[in-house]
Amino acid sequence: MQQPPNSSRRQFLGLAGGAAALGAIPVITVRPAEATPAMLASAIQNVTGGAMVHTGKVKLDIPPLVENGNTVPMTVTVAHPMAPEDHVRSIHVFNEKNPQPNIANFHLGPHSGRAQVSTRIRLADSQKIVAIAKLSDGSFWSTSVDVVVTLAACTEEVI
Amino acid sequence: MASALINVPAKAKRGDIIEIKTLMSHIMETGYRHTTTGEAVPRNIITSFTCRFNGNEIFRADLFPAIAANPFITFFTTATESGKFEFEWIGDKGFSETASASITVE
Repeated sequence: MQQPPNSSRRQFLGLAGGAAALGAIPVITVRPAEATPAMLASAIQNVTGGAMVHTGKVKLDIPPLVENGNTVPMTVTVAHPMAPEDHVRSIHVFNEKNPQPNIANFHLGPHSGRAQVSTRIRLADSQKIVAIAKLSDGSFWSTSVDVVVTLAACTEEVI
Repeated sequence: MASALINVPAKAKRGDIIEIKTLMSHIMETGYRHTTTGEAVPRNIITSFTCRFNGNEIFRADLFPAIAANPFITFFTTATESGKFEFEWIGDKGFSETASASITVE
């Protein structure tokens, strides 16, 4: 008497669970490929033209642990004078694992007074952020920071 | 409608280094997101931001999808003379907005 309704309910739940599991698979596969360290290297190469990049001078202020990758405050400061004959020409920021390696390029000049820019960025994963400064004498200086992201940005579904 | 928020000091002494803060409301759609039906949402971002002072370019930024929605950018400049800052944002789908702010240098 009790057996038939029970078993059909189990069957239904089993089928529904299976369907849900199947439905979840395409969601995982549509995620686009990540930028690779090779893409990061080629993006840096595009800016530097293969010139040697020194470590130092550049300071990248970004929280080491980020809860929400959709908006991460970031400040880049270059410890360098801003004189007409010797100044920071541009600052370039890159990432390792977003779909694209570029974050932003900032173009400055001696009138800037201070080589410092701030913005808010998106991070799709825990990764390394690289900032490179180009000086007026043609040399490049860089720094990198590792950031841990708990909620990823960029590729989530539109609701 | 797009709208801009600009923060420039109204007054400064000659030679002071001043901070300029800008925010433009914009969705900054990355082009990497999909709807629940699997269609890609086309990219719609601001690609370029420029600041000019009395007609001369003093700051420019190239933006990418990795910039968060409602791009907030701050930078510095040296106050040399009284004048007008002009800001321009250019992006996908013909997006183009401008704003301006005046400063008195003593």
